[in-house]
Formats: sequence, C-alpha cells, structure tokens
Amino acid sequence: MTQPREIQAARWNEPVIHQLGRAGARGQRFPTPEAELPAVTLPGSIARADRPDLPELTEFEVQRHFLHLSQMTLGMMGVSLFGTCTMKYNSKTAEYAAQRPELAEIHPYQHPDTLQGVLEILHDFDLILRSLSGMDQFVFQAGGGADAAYTMTAVARAYWADRGELATRTEMVTSIQAHPCNPATAAAAGFKVVNLPLEENGYPSLDALKAAVSDRTALIMINNPDDMGIYNPEIKEWVRVAKEAGALIFYDHANFNGVMGKLSARELGFDACMFMLHKTFGAPKAGGGPAVGAYGCTEELAPYMPAPLIVKTENGYRLDEDRPKSCGKIREFWGNVPQVVKAYAWARSMGAEGIDLASDISVVANNYMDHRLAQIDGLARSNPDITAPRMEMTRWSLAPLFEETGVGTMDFANRMADFGIDPWWMSHEPWIVPEPFTPEAGELWSKADIDLWIDVVAKIAQEARENPERVKTAPHNQPVAQVKGDVFEDASTWAMTWRAYQRKHAASA
Amino acid sequence: MALSAPGAIQDMLDQIGASSVRDLFAQIPQDHFRKEPLNLPPQLASEMALKRDLLTKLKKNRTCEDNLNFLGAGVWQHHVPAVVDEIVGRTEFATNVWGSYQSDHGRNQAWFEFSSQLGALLNLDVVQLPVYSWGCAIGHAIRMAQRLTGRSKVLVPQYSDPERLSVIRTYCQPSEMENHIQVVLVAADPATGRLDMDDLRAKLGPDVAAVYFENPAYLGTIEETPADIAAAARAAGAETIVGVDPLSLGVLAAPGDYGADIVTGPVQPLGVHMNCGGGVGGFIASRDEERYVREYNGFLVSIAPTRRDGEFGFGLAAAHQNSYGSREHGKDWTGNSTYLWAIAGAVYMGLMGPDGFREIGQSILSRGRYAQSLLDQIPGVRVLWRDTTFKEFVVNFDDAGKTVAEINDALRPRGIFGGKDISDELAQGQCALYCVTEVHSAADLRHLAQNLTEVCK
Repeated sequence: MTQPREIQAARWNEPVIHQLGRAGARGQRFPTPEAELPAVTLPGSIARADRPDLPELTEFEVQRHFLHLSQMTLGMMGVSLFGTCTMKYNSKTAEYAAQRPELAEIHPYQHPDTLQGVLEILHDFDLILRSLSGMDQFVFQAGGGADAAYTMTAVARAYWADRGELATRTEMVTSIQAHPCNPATAAAAGFKVVNLPLEENGYPSLDALKAAVSDRTALIMINNPDDMGIYNPEIKEWVRVAKEAGALIFYDHANFNGVMGKLSARELGFDACMFMLHKTFGAPKAGGGPAVGAYGCTEELAPYMPAPLIVKTENGYRLDEDRPKSCGKIREFWGNVPQVVKAYAWARSMGAEGIDLASDISVVANNYMDHRLAQIDGLARSNPDITAPRMEMTRWSLAPLFEETGVGTMDFANRMADFGIDPWWMSHEPWIVPEPFTPEAGELWSKADIDLWIDVVAKIAQEARENPERVKTAPHNQPVAQVKGDVFEDASTWAMTWRAYQRKHAASA
Repeated sequence: MALSAPGAIQDMLDQIGASSVRDLFAQIPQDHFRKEPLNLPPQLASEMALKRDLLTKLKKNRTCEDNLNFLGAGVWQHHVPAVVDEIVGRTEFATNVWGSYQSDHGRNQAWFEFSSQLGALLNLDVVQLPVYSWGCAIGHAIRMAQRLTGRSKVLVPQYSDPERLSVIRTYCQPSEMENHIQVVLVAADPATGRLDMDDLRAKLGPDVAAVYFENPAYLGTIEETPADIAAAARAAGAETIVGVDPLSLGVLAAPGDYGADIVTGPVQPLGVHMNCGGGVGGFIASRDEERYVREYNGFLVSIAPTRRDGEFGFGLAAAHQNSYGSREHGKDWTGNSTYLWAIAGAVYMGLMGPDGFREIGQSILSRGRYAQSLLDQIPGVRVLWRDTTFKEFVVNFDDAGKTVAEINDALRPRGIFGGKDISDELAQGQCALYCVTEVHSAADLRHLAQNLTEVCK
C-alpha cells in the first residue's frame, strides 16, 4: 500500500455572480436595429416596468467567473468509482460531432428529407440496442433512466386500458432494493406500489413474489444485478410467475455494464427494458443530464410506445407519428438527440467484442477491488454469506468502523476529496445496509487508479482510529469547508435564489 | 480501456485467485447467458474511422445555419454566445456525476446562479433546477396544484402546443386511475387568439385545481391582462400556473408581479442549441412559501454557511421529499435530468444582464412585427392576430390556393425552412406558425417575403 497524498483543490473565494460586475458592463451585444424595423410599445398591463436585478459583467468577466467555478468542481480530475452511475470515458470525437452545426443547429420539425443523417444514426443505434437486448423496437424520448421507467408505466397503462383491464390491473410489484424511480414513477402513473423485502440471499424470495403477484398486477419492475452486485438466479422463474398472472415485466438495465453482451432481456423473457445511454453507453452525464433513457419493448407492446418512431423506407428514413394506440408523449420531440449520437459513437468504437470485454473488465476490476477492500479492517461486505464474486459493483458497509470510531460513511465521503478522490456513492434509499458505500470500478480506470482509491479508503480508516476529528471535520483542502446542512430543511433559512438570500440574510449578505 | 492493456486482467485475476474471467460470473446460471450472438456493425476502433462515419452521416442533414429557418414551436433558433459553449463543454461540468457539496462547489454555485438569475427575471424567490422539458415542468406543476388544493381538474388553453399538451395529458391521465387529473380546454377568443375570459369564468369552480396559461402563448399571442386571469383563478380557489419564455422577460412583465403562483418555462432559449429537440429542459418556480416548496419534486439548490466563518457553500434543500429520498411517497418523481442546461443558462444570463434582456426582447418584437407587415402585404397571405404577438405568429395561406405543405416544399429548395404546418391542429384553414427571433436580419425577412410572394403566385 502506498501513502496517498493530499491535494489542494483550487480555491477562488468566488463571489456569487450577483456580487460581481458593475452598472453598464455588457457581456453580449446585439446588432443595431435596422432603420426599417418598427419600434414596438407593449400595453402597460403587460410591459415590464422594473429592471430585472441581474448582474452586469463583460464577456471576459463571465468567462473567468465560470472557469473559476469549473476549477472548483472536482469532476473527472481525480478518480471516481461512483457506484450505480458507471463512470465512463466520454470520447472527445463524439463531443466534436455533437457540437457540429449538422447536429446542434437542426430543428426537429425540419422536413425529414433534411434530417436524413440524424435519422439514420438513430435508426442504426436502435438496431444496436435491439441486438443487445433482443427487443423489437426502441424509442429515445425519455429524458433519463427514471423517465424511461415512467415510459414503462405509461405504456403499461395504455396496454391495460386497451384490453379493458386498467380498472383491475392496479398494482406494480418491485423490490425494496430497486432504484427509487421505479416505485416513484409507478405511483405517479397511478399504480399501487408493492415493495418486496429482501431475503438473506439478497433478493426477494419466490414465495414473496408469488404472494404479491395476482390478477391485480399490471407490471413488475426489477433490476438485475442489483446495486449490491447480486444477481438474482431465479429471474427466469420471476418472469414465469409474472406471465402466469398475465402481468408485464420490465427489466431496469441500470446495471447493464457488468452483463452487456452476456445477457439478453428477451431471451430471459422480459417484455421491455431500458438502457441509460448517459452511463452505460458513454454519453456524458453532465452532472445530472441531459441524459437518455432508451426504452425498448417487444412487438406486442410496441403499439403503445410514445411516438414518433423512426422508420426506414425505400426512400430513406421517416418519422411515424400515426400510432393510434400510443401512450402519448413522455416528453416533447424525440429525445436528447446529441446524447443518442454520442452513445452510437461509443457503441461503434467498442464493437461487439469491445462491449463484451468491457463487461469482463468491469467485473474483474470489481472483484479485485473487493479483494483489496476485504483486507481493510472495519469494512464489511454486504450479505457476507454470499461468497460468490459480485457483478460490476458491490455494496459495502462501514458499520464495524463506525461502531469503533464514530466515523461514518458521510465523513469518509467528505474526506476522500482531500486526496483528489470523488466522494463515493453511499446508497439509494432506504439504507438497508448500515453506513453503506457502493464503489464501482468499471472499465475506465487503470489498476493503479483503483489501487490509489483503495489506498485512500485504507488511509481514512486509519485516520478514523488515530484522529477521528480530522475525518469528521473534513474536507480540509477543498474550495470550501464542510457545508452546514441544517438550513436545508428550515423554511426560515433556506434560500434557493440570491433574492431569497438577501431577504432572509440581509445582515450577512 | 486502461485495463485492456496486455496482462492487466490476468494480473488482477492472479491476485484474486480466480482462474478465469468466466469464474467471476458464477452468480449467473449457465442457461441465462445469451444464445443469440451479438450482431453489431463492425468496430470503428480509430478516432479517424469513427469521425468519418459520424460526419458522413451527419452531413446528410441540412442545417439552420445554412438555411433560413422560421421553425419554432417548442424549440427556437436563438443566438448561442460562444462562451456558453466553452463553459458547458468543460469536462468538470460535462462529465462529473456527483461529488459532495464541497468537492462540487463550483458546479453547485453555477446551479444556484441559474436559479438566482432566473428568479430575478421572474421576480420569484424559488427556482428548481430544470426538469426534462417545458411540458414535463407543466405536468409536475399541475400535480403540485392537485396536491395543494386537493382538486383534480386543470384548465388549459384551447390553443396549446399539441406536443406539450400530449405530455400534460400523460402526466394527468388516464381517467381510470385514482389520481388522474381532468384536462379541460378553455376556448380562445377568435379575434385575438387569447383566452376567452367568459369561458374561463364559466369553467372555474370548486373542482378546479389550477388554471394554466402561457405568456407568450404557443401561437405567440400575449395575454394582455394576465392579472385578471390570476385573480379569477384565485377567486375560485385555484392555483395560477403560468408558462413564460424567459427571453421575453426584458420587455414583458414578470409573472411574479401579476399573480402567478407557479411558473414554468423552457430553458432552451437561454443559451442552448436546438439540438434537433435535444436541447429542451423546463423550469419550475414559485414564491418562497413553505407550502409550495414542500411540493417540489426535484432539486432545489440553497446557499448555506460552512464551518469556516463568513464562507458560503451550496446544497440541496428539501431534498428528502423527492423520490430519491422517499421513493413512491415522494412528491412526484425525479431522476437524471437536464442540469447541464442550468449551467448554460447561468452563463447566458450572466452575459446578458438587464440591458441584454431588454434589447433581445425589443429586437424580437420589432423583427416579428416587421415580418408580419411584410407577409401581410403578400397576395394570398394573411397574418392572424397581427401586432399582438411575441416571437411567433400564425400565417394563413387559404387565399394563396396552396397548402402549407406545398408552400414549404417550394421554399425548401430556396434555402428556407417555412413555419410549422399547423393546418391540422388549428381549424383556421391552411396555417403555418412562423418564428422570428434576434437571428433574423431585416434583409432575411425581406428575403422570406420575396420568396413567399413568388411561391404563392
């Protein structure tokens, strides 16, 4: 083990933009209006009377301000094994293509004859996803993974309504370990949510499933492997139980990275699935989107998908809007098209063998990481009875160390950044593992990167015993010190805009 | 992939003590592995080959840079300052997923500055980070109103964007579900394109959760008495939800000043390229009242003190009420969204300042009016609701004896993308929705008029 070095993050003491600039400064000018343009006066009932309280800066000042902010964002400068999000290499070739006017400066209502290039790419990528999943049709309208889950609930509604069974098919079954978006979107769509608890083997028992599924079940939403890195070996039986009850079953492929090229959702019997192109397929996540949830389903469900679908004809590519059974729009237009193009670029640059190899690497790297983490005292692997190698991530627990030192997973996350390591992902709600953390090595990082990451964990574990206050008061070398979170739930102190801050905290503003 | 280097996998396998990669997939039963081999196109391993493939395809597109474009209707062609592209392209912003409040301090501050500047335009104190689209923002806002009032009917304008309306219906329906919301259309005044106030008042009642209207509206029309609409809604105990184009707010009154309770709008005009519709995002804003804040579904970024005296940082306020914290019991649902566009918007608004917004608003107004006057003089062409719109307006071609499709087909070889064909949706004859923005010079508009004159002959 090496001794990781602390870094000093950039620290600019950067004011909020409202505190910068001065009256009359300009960052953007417009052409002098041509003489023939008429002056327009709006009625007083709708004309703006006040001057918006916006900062006034030059272009350079704006650029410098935001460069300071970008430098105070750790981003991809260190090592991020941020589990459940699958950190990928985002190729600059794809970025270059996406910034071209042939993609950035096109309008979705242009005549399809003028959009043949982008339609071809979307069509070709649909075929790639069909091969990876076995599904019959994909659509990219969903704005992210949760939106793809929502798409499934909307498709399920339309499907059951078309069969006259929506009044009785009112329930959605998932597990307590499923991503929160699954139950949340189902609830928003009007379904009653049934959360199955996990058994000691890490997944809900077949008995629990059978007890939950009935002729009231509209759909089952499940991920596999889950965020613990555990694969449910009974998933085919789940599909059988679902089908026997007449329910739809949806594969949340959030953790596709470890099984891509290995599994086919269709061969396993699923009716529909989704891929998050912003993680698995190498399109940047951009700090929370624009993302894409690619939604795919079988021919039987395809009539209910949101329109339009892209159709290849003898004369080129067309948009099919004439879909009378469609569930309606999930979101305007056809999705985050540049992100789809970037995902297409990633898939083409990898090829079938590269995709298969990447899943190999992600699983090998995870198990290498598990092997080393197991040697650090105070850490516990979730479900310790499951000795089989985990998939591309594993959920761990700091509970033994926390009990010994009082240093918890949040403290670790804060301290990691002092070593140039992105804080780890802890767990989605609910925390069924105490003091959780969920690293995912993926295929991006080198063994040296992974070793550094683990060395930092070992270092902080050592600090927790020798100098717990050092960890609890972290970070020490970041742009700002630890943020006091007690204002965030207090209506008298939270301030989501500078206006609100000035009103509530005028004395200190 | 760094670990695809020779020996790296074997090195790790040796340390784990595994004999093969396949051993590590032991959790997966043998009969689960796919039987059908992958059928993907050949790998493009080199950057050069990939670039060639992408550009060969993309160059089949015709762009709004090389053509004169008048399409809008949810995605609009505006000038994107070059600095915006530089900042949103920064890897720290573009690729990082999530750190801590401290390690991602810069990104969080940029997010706060998006909300702060938009709040200054709206004259409102709470602005959530953008959701997937304007239509999604309206859908979430309507459901906020349902939770706030306990009522399940929303009034929306007859002349709504069919695209947004379809999204709204997805968020509200179908009627078989217990939590469904009935979407009721309010008639338009055919003389102005604005809401018919009599129809609005007739439909307002104790079952109405919210009145939704846009300013400017889908067809570009401006509601000149928005305070009257809000007052009527309030009198009936309903929430007022307004949709606004943020680029109009240098010249149009701030919705916070005329009684809006919840405000939504698109973020694409704030420095985001059209991206074939992939540049959309939608904001939700309100007053800083706890009863509203407690109904938000997504990410609200608040300024906060740190352990260092006099220093500030940023974090997520009221976070446990969203679905990440509360799963199906959360306020609606959220997920990865369009937060990079919040950074684009923060930069864009920082460049504009109050004078920039006033100038762009005036520029769009006067260019639109100029275009209307030119087009209205063309034989066979008639502009509906002249001189009462912002950015977009409806052009009727009935007297030209040609369909909009025919006219647009004739314009296209001339390098012009004519307005969106709305003949099927408006019931006002052969009509197109034209969008004129700051990118159109007076000469461009004369060029359009000249070509329309020729193709309408």
